[in-house]
Amino acid sequence: MTAGPEDAGRPPGEGASTHRDVAAEDGAGRKRAEHRPASFADAVAAEWIKIRTVRSTFWTLLAGLVVTIGLSCLLAWVFVSAYDRLGARDRLRFDPTAYGLAGINFGMVAFGVLGVLVVTGEYATGMIRTSLTAVPRRGRLFAAKALVLGGVVLVVGEIVSFAAYFLSQLIFADRHLDAGLGEDGVLRAVIGGGLYLTLIALLALAIGTLLRHTAGAVTTVLGLLFVLPIIGSFLPGDLGRTVRKVLPAGAGGAIMNTRPSEESLSPWAGLGVFTLYTVVLLVAALLAFQRRDA
Amino acid sequence: MIEARGLTKRFGEKTAVDDVTFTVRPGHVTGFLGPNGAGKSTTMRMILGLDRPTAGTVTVAGVRYSGLGTPLREVGALLDAKAMHGGRTAHNHLLLLARSNGIPARRVDEVLDLVGLRSVARKHARGFSMGMGQRLGIAAALLGDPAVLMFDEPVNGLDPEGILWIRTLMRSLAAEGRTVFVSSHLMSEMAQTAEHLVVIGRGRILADTSVREFIAANATSHVRVRSPQLGELGPLLARRDWRVEVDPDGSLRVYGADPAAVGDVAADHGVRLHELSPVQPSLEEAFMRLTGDTVEYHAGGRPVPPAPEAGPVSTAREGGAPPAAPPPPEASSPDLPPTAPDGTWRGGDA
Repeated sequence: MTAGPEDAGRPPGEGASTHRDVAAEDGAGRKRAEHRPASFADAVAAEWIKIRTVRSTFWTLLAGLVVTIGLSCLLAWVFVSAYDRLGARDRLRFDPTAYGLAGINFGMVAFGVLGVLVVTGEYATGMIRTSLTAVPRRGRLFAAKALVLGGVVLVVGEIVSFAAYFLSQLIFADRHLDAGLGEDGVLRAVIGGGLYLTLIALLALAIGTLLRHTAGAVTTVLGLLFVLPIIGSFLPGDLGRTVRKVLPAGAGGAIMNTRPSEESLSPWAGLGVFTLYTVVLLVAALLAFQRRDA
Repeated sequence: MIEARGLTKRFGEKTAVDDVTFTVRPGHVTGFLGPNGAGKSTTMRMILGLDRPTAGTVTVAGVRYSGLGTPLREVGALLDAKAMHGGRTAHNHLLLLARSNGIPARRVDEVLDLVGLRSVARKHARGFSMGMGQRLGIAAALLGDPAVLMFDEPVNGLDPEGILWIRTLMRSLAAEGRTVFVSSHLMSEMAQTAEHLVVIGRGRILADTSVREFIAANATSHVRVRSPQLGELGPLLARRDWRVEVDPDGSLRVYGADPAAVGDVAADHGVRLHELSPVQPSLEEAFMRLTGDTVEYHAGGRPVPPAPEAGPVSTAREGGAPPAAPPPPEASSPDLPPTAPDGTWRGGDA
C-alpha cells in the first residue's frame, strides 16, 4: 500500500504552487499571500480534532461510563438487598444521592487516564514536537488542550453522573428510599459529580504534563486519589479527620453529599479545595511546559 | 531566510551548539552537514523554538519562531519521521495541523496527492513504513505552502526511489524561490542536492560556503593515469613539479598537473596511455579533511586565535562570550579557506 512509482517521478512542487495566486511580493521575490494570524480558537479546533481522532478517548470515556454507572447501580442493588438487616443508625445516615453516585469514586480513574493520555500520548509518539511547531505559543497550546479536555469530560461526566443518579434511584425506589432531583442539595450533588470528574481529568492533565510519561503519571494520579486516603485513614484522632477532609478524593467527593457529615468538608468547600489543587498543578504544569525543551 | 546569531545550546556540561552564526538564504538548497552528534538537530530544534537557546538568537523571516502569526504558513519542518500519533489517520493528522493555522481543509488532500499518500489517507499512521512516514512528515511541512523549509536527515530510511523523489522535491522547492535547509551526515547526499553548505562539527560552524568552493578549498583535484609503462612514466612525471602517488589498483595519481601536460610528457617519451582523466575531489574527501582538523583541534586544547579576518558576521557576536576558538595554525592546511565571498570561514571569528 505504499506510494506508487508514478508519484516518485512526478515533478514535485507543482501541487505546492497551486494556491500561490493571491499575492504580494516578499523580500526574496516570492509571491506571498497575506493571512490572518492563527488564533486561540484555531488551536482549540485542532485540539478537538486531536481528542476525537484517537481511540483512547473513546475507550477511556466508555470505561468511565460503564464503571461509574455499573458500580453505582450494583452498589444500590446491594444496599437495597441488605436494607432489611441494617440498623436504625445506618438507615438514618443513608444518603441516597451520594450512594447512587458512588461509582464516580471508581470511574474517575478512567477520566484521569484520559487526562493523562491527552498529553503523554503526544510525548510518547513525538507528536508534541509537531504540535509545538504548529502552535509554538505554549501557553495557547496548553490552554487549548485543557479547554477541550475539560469540555469533553464535563459533557460526558454530567451524562454519566445523571445516568448513575437516575438508574440508582430507580433501584432505591423499590424500597422508597430514592431522593428526587428537587430535594435539598440533590441537583447540586449530581451536577457536582460531573464537575468533580472534569477537575480530575484536568488534574491528571497537569500531572501528565509535569511527568511526560504515561505510566508514571497514571500511577501518580492513582496515588493521589486512592493511596493518600489509605495513608490518611491510619492517622489518629482529630488530626487524621482533618487531613482526610482535605485530601484530594475526600475533598472533591464532598460535592456529592446531601447529608452533612463529620468526615467531610461542606460540598462547595470540598470542591473548592479540590479546585485549588487542580489549579496549582495546572499552573505548575504550564510553567514547566513553557520552560522545558520539547 | 533563517538567521542564527551566536546560537548556543548547553545541556549541563556538554555544549551541543557553540556560538553558531549563519544565514540560510532563499532560492537554493542549503545543506547542513556534519557528523552525527555535531549539533545539527539541536540547531534545527532551536530554529523551531522547541529547544530554548542558552545564548544567542535565531529568527525565521526576521522573527523568532514563536512570534510567527501562522507558523505553518511560514516554515515547514520535517524533524523526525513519525513525530505523530500512530493511532491517527494521515488525513486527520494533517487536518488538525491545517486547522491549527487556519489553513483550508482542501489543502490536506492537495499535499496528500503531492506526496503520493492519497490512497492511504484514511489509514493509521502506525502502519506506515519508514518511507511513508517521511512522506507524511513532508506533507505536513508543505501544508502551509511555506517560504522556508527545513528537513532533518530526510533521506534516512528511504528507498532509492524515495531518495530521488526527495532530492527532486527539494531542488524544485528551492527553484520556486523558497529557503530550503536540509541536514545530513551523508556527504554524497549533500553533493547531490545542495548548492550551499553550512558545515558543523562539534557544535561549531566549520564552513559556510558553496559546495564547489568548499571542495576546492578543502581537497585537491588530481589526474588519474593508467599506462602499461608506468615504470617509465612515474619517474618522468615525478621529475616535474608534480606529486605522484601510486594507487592500489596500479594507476597513478598526479597532483598539481593538468591532464594535457601529463599527456604531453607521455607523448614526448613515447609512453602509451590507457587512461588520462581529471578527478574532482569528492565532498566526502573535503569533509573528512575539515572535520579531521576539528578533531585534532579539540584534542589539542585551546589554540591561539589568529588575527581576525572575518566579514561583518564578526560583529554579531554576543558580548561577553569567550571568543570562538579558530582552528589552530598547525592544524590548518595552507589551502584552507577563508573561502566564501561573504567571508564565511566562521570558525575563526573573533
